[in-house]
This record gives sequence, structure tokens and C-alpha cells, in this order.
Amino acid sequence: MAELKYALYTGCTARESTPELLMSTLAVAEKLGIELVLLDEASCCGASHLQDFDDFLSLVLNARNICYAEKLELPMITICNTCQLNTAMTKERLDNDDDLKSQVNEKLAEVGLEYKGTSSVRHFLYALIDDYGLDKLAEKVEKPLSDFNVAAFYGCHNIRPSHLHTEQNGSEENPYNPTSLDRLIEALQGKSVDYESKNKCCGFHADLQAPKTANRLTGTALLDAMDNDADMMVTPCPLCHLNMDVKQHAVAKEMGRDIAMPVLHLPQLIGLALGIEPQKLGLQHNVADVTFV
Amino acid sequence: MSTERITKKITFKTFRFNAETDYLPYFKTYEMEVGKDELVLDILNRIKWEFDGSFSYRRSCRHGICGACAIKVNGKPVLSCKQNVWELLEIFKTDTLLLEPQNKGRAVKDMIIDRSDFWEKHAKLKPYLEAEIDEHPEEEIRVSPKEAEALLEADYCIQCGSCYYACPVVEVNEEYFGPAQFAKAYRFNADVRDNAKTERLEKVREMGPGVWDCVKCMECAEACPKDVNPIEKITKLHNQLFEEGLAQDNVATRHAVGFKHSIVKHGILDEGELVRYSEGNIGVLKHLPEAIAMFKKGKIIMPWNMPKSKNLDEIQTLVKSSSKVKF
Repeated sequence: MAELKYALYTGCTARESTPELLMSTLAVAEKLGIELVLLDEASCCGASHLQDFDDFLSLVLNARNICYAEKLELPMITICNTCQLNTAMTKERLDNDDDLKSQVNEKLAEVGLEYKGTSSVRHFLYALIDDYGLDKLAEKVEKPLSDFNVAAFYGCHNIRPSHLHTEQNGSEENPYNPTSLDRLIEALQGKSVDYESKNKCCGFHADLQAPKTANRLTGTALLDAMDNDADMMVTPCPLCHLNMDVKQHAVAKEMGRDIAMPVLHLPQLIGLALGIEPQKLGLQHNVADVTFV
Repeated sequence: MSTERITKKITFKTFRFNAETDYLPYFKTYEMEVGKDELVLDILNRIKWEFDGSFSYRRSCRHGICGACAIKVNGKPVLSCKQNVWELLEIFKTDTLLLEPQNKGRAVKDMIIDRSDFWEKHAKLKPYLEAEIDEHPEEEIRVSPKEAEALLEADYCIQCGSCYYACPVVEVNEEYFGPAQFAKAYRFNADVRDNAKTERLEKVREMGPGVWDCVKCMECAEACPKDVNPIEKITKLHNQLFEEGLAQDNVATRHAVGFKHSIVKHGILDEGELVRYSEGNIGVLKHLPEAIAMFKKGKIIMPWNMPKSKNLDEIQTLVKSSSKVKF
């Protein structure tokens, strides 16, 4: 197999409130022999809020981020669902609208850049499954997760809208019954938990404006996983992670039930199965207790 | 030539409930041989005709334009009259399909739900053209193709409720207008003949019922059988609020604008500063317990350590030259 090499768009969260996501992503990539080039030039994607204020600005900034992957002639991968959605949506809009593309390129030319549309934009999860392969990943497992029931929490922006997912992530996923994360858990020899909330919303994007809504959505998912005997949850999205992990106490209060659920980032879970030390996976940064590992 | 019909044996687990006689809903299972051209509506008909005449569901046009027959199959919102059954087997990789009403909590009888909440909220946003039109006009009011394009096909909505009953905010916040309602508000706001834009925007900007409570889960975009893409219209309503100078100074608008401020300063987002900017110096204090928990775990970056994107000057140039909106 050819060496796998990607341009990594970390997003803001992995560099700030979830340092463990970046640490574990790099540790897993190193262990699997995947080369990642960090896009240090990239800006924030606007997190699906900037476009509410200024849609064109959000397009220009996202296009600029993709330009840097194109300059390296590498496919771009993301480790945040919302980065994935905003970047992939920008790519889709520009690739299908020459007029819009030239408007954006006119701006980019001011800083000597040009958006061409040559780099694909995919989430690390799908690059792992489709490029690296689950069979090969399964062979690398040193510490099988066989003692654990793991509840996969997919996060909205990686699976919806499904046409965008299929075109950009280049992978089949039924948004009403996604399977990729569950298959990955099984490849690590964990038992994937079947529960209704796995494809539901955690409410993150209304955290500030409508905290009650957000807490109830997060709470419903956490309790659903708990009631279906999950020992832990795993998510490919750091924003879901912030809601499920950091806010667990506030969410429990809103729901009127105790919640104690370890929530891991996707690469943390993989890293544990690959035998990487917890310290290197940043488990010391998780708020909900993860000492069971 | 063989005339033998190829069929597949499919199990339909079907939601049954009669609000007048049943204390709780239950599921009844029907097995049948289904041909490749049969639609979900054919199955609903066959349950009624071949198994149980009391089975109830809404149906009317059979052409995907009346919106009456929308239900959920395996959690996926569908128009019964447009959705092929074999295709669902393929999508869900199964031979068992779960037939449920759009919202089980609002069930009246089997697939029929009480949609009054949908219509009441709909009516609140003036879902019609408000224009001063001469009673005896001498010529038509012309709308150019370009002006009609601004509707972004929001007029394709058939009010089937698929997006509304798929929306998680509707489920937890009963005041929230809902995606179909916003798409309709946009449809008339974008119409050059309409005079009620300000009035609608003053309603959709309210915290609680309005657009700021959207969680951006994309469920509505996924659910719509007519590709109306309601969340795109919700974004457009946000944009109209700023364009028309009707955006109020509150946590939601500051949150959207705050991204720009942060990007100019650092390229990447300053998460802590965004929360402070959005909530204000006093409002931010309610996040203190989480901030302390995060700080203890090394999840908070102090302002003096805040990383910056490389080539930040490029970003600053682009923000300056590409910004189209002011607040």
C-alpha cells in the first residue's frame, strides 16, 4: 500500500479546549504510519455561525483553508464534524458554481492564493476506514476492547446532509442508521451499543442562546447510552465531546438524573486499543472520569 | 415470456393506537409479499384492505403534492406515495420495516397525528403574500426570472411536516416555530411583491421561538422530500436580520458576529473570548463552574498564550476586503 499522507485541518477546538484530540490524533497516526502535515495557516471555519452573519466572508475563509491543502497537493482531513461540514459545503458550492468561485478567487488573489478544487475534504474517520482499512486496523490491535460496551455517537455534521456526505466524505452512510463508527468499534473488538440516539444532535450550536435546549438534547443522548448499558461513549466530533464530557454535570441537573459516562474522542479510543499510553492520548484532559482504562 | 411476478417477503412492524380507546400504543406485525414497484402507500392500503379495515392513515393526491401521507419508516421521514419499498430495504439492509406516524406523542389514530401545532405556528408567520394590489389592476405585477430565483425554491414546500417532526428543537422547545415555518417565512420575505418582511423578521428574531434557537443539526435538510433545504432558508433569515438592521444586540447575534472579531485577531477562534463577547462581562460568570472544571484539566488557554494562525495578515486582508455585512 502506498504511504498515506494528508493535510490535517485541526480546527480551533483541538488547539484549545480539547488538546487531547490533537494529541491522540497525532499519536494514532504515528502508530499507524500515516503522515499528517498540520495546516498551521488555516483559520476558523466559522463553525456554522459566521455564515449567519456574513456568508460570503465565511466562504472566502474556508476556501483559503482548502488552498493550503491544495498547495501541498494533499487531500485534506478534518477531525471536527463542524469543520468537515463547513469546509465540504464550501467546496461543494464553489465546485458547482463558477460564478461564485470566481468571486471568491478574486478575493483570494489579493493574498496570492487561488482555489482550484483539487483537494478532497474528508473526516479522519472515513480516511481511516476507506484508505487505511478496518481489517488492517484490526490487525494492529494490542489491547482489545472486548470488556467494553461502547456507544458510538456520530454527530450531525459528519452524516447530514447525506448527499454532501456521500460526495465529499466519499463513503456510504445511512443518516438514519449509520454504521461506520460501530464497525470501527467492532474492529477494535469492543461491543458496539445499539441505541436510538446515536445519530441525534447534542445541541452544541445552541449552547449559548438556548442552554436548556442544548442540555436536554445532550442529556437525552447520554441517558439513552447509559440505559442501554454503555460503559463509555465515543465521538468523532470535539463539539459533541465538549457537550457530553465537560457539561455532564449541568446536563445531569437539567435531566434530574445522575450521569457518569466516560466520553472518548475517536482517536483516543483507537489509541487505547493500539496500546498507546493514556498520557499520550491526553486522557488526563478528559473531564468525566476515565480512570477505568 | 414469463409473467411471474418477482416479490420479496417483508415484515412490517406497524404502530397502532386509538386515542379514544387505547391506554397505550402497540405494534402489530404484518407480513406480505411485496413487488418491486410498490410504494409505502400501497402497503398502507394493503394493511387496511387485506388485514384490518380499522387501520387509519391520511392519503389524498398520490402525487407527492398534498403532503398528507407523510410518515416515518425506520425513523426516516417519507412521503408514502413517493417512497418505493424495495429501496428502503436497500437503504436499511433489512427485510423488516417499522411504520410509525411522524410524531408518536401526537398520534390520534395509527398513522394519523394531530398536526394543529404545525398549522398554528405556520399561521403566526404570515404564510401569505401581503401586498397592496389594485382591486381592478390593468396589468399583472411582473416578477423577473432573477427575482423569482431569490426564492431558492422555498415555494416547493408542500407542508407535509416531515422537517418539522424531524426537528429536535421542536421536540424539546414547544414555542419554537420550526423549519417548515421558517422556510415559508423566507419564501414570502424573498418575494419582491411582499410588504410584510419587517413584521416577519421581528417574529423570527425572538429568542425561544425564533431562528436563533436552531441547533443546526441538518435534520430538516435530510428530511425534506422536495429538497427545500429549510436550514438554508433559516440561514437566509439570519442574514436578512443583519441586512435589514433588525438584528438585536443579544447573546445570539453577538455569538455570530464574535467569530469575525476573533478571526481578525487570531485567525483561529478564541473560544474563551467568544463566550465572553457573546454573554457580556456579567453573563459570562454563569459559565464559571465549567470553566473551572476545564481549567483543572488543562482545557483553557490563557489570553497571553492564545495561538495564532500562520500568515495572519492574509486573513486580516481577506476579512477587510470580503466582509459584506455590518453590525
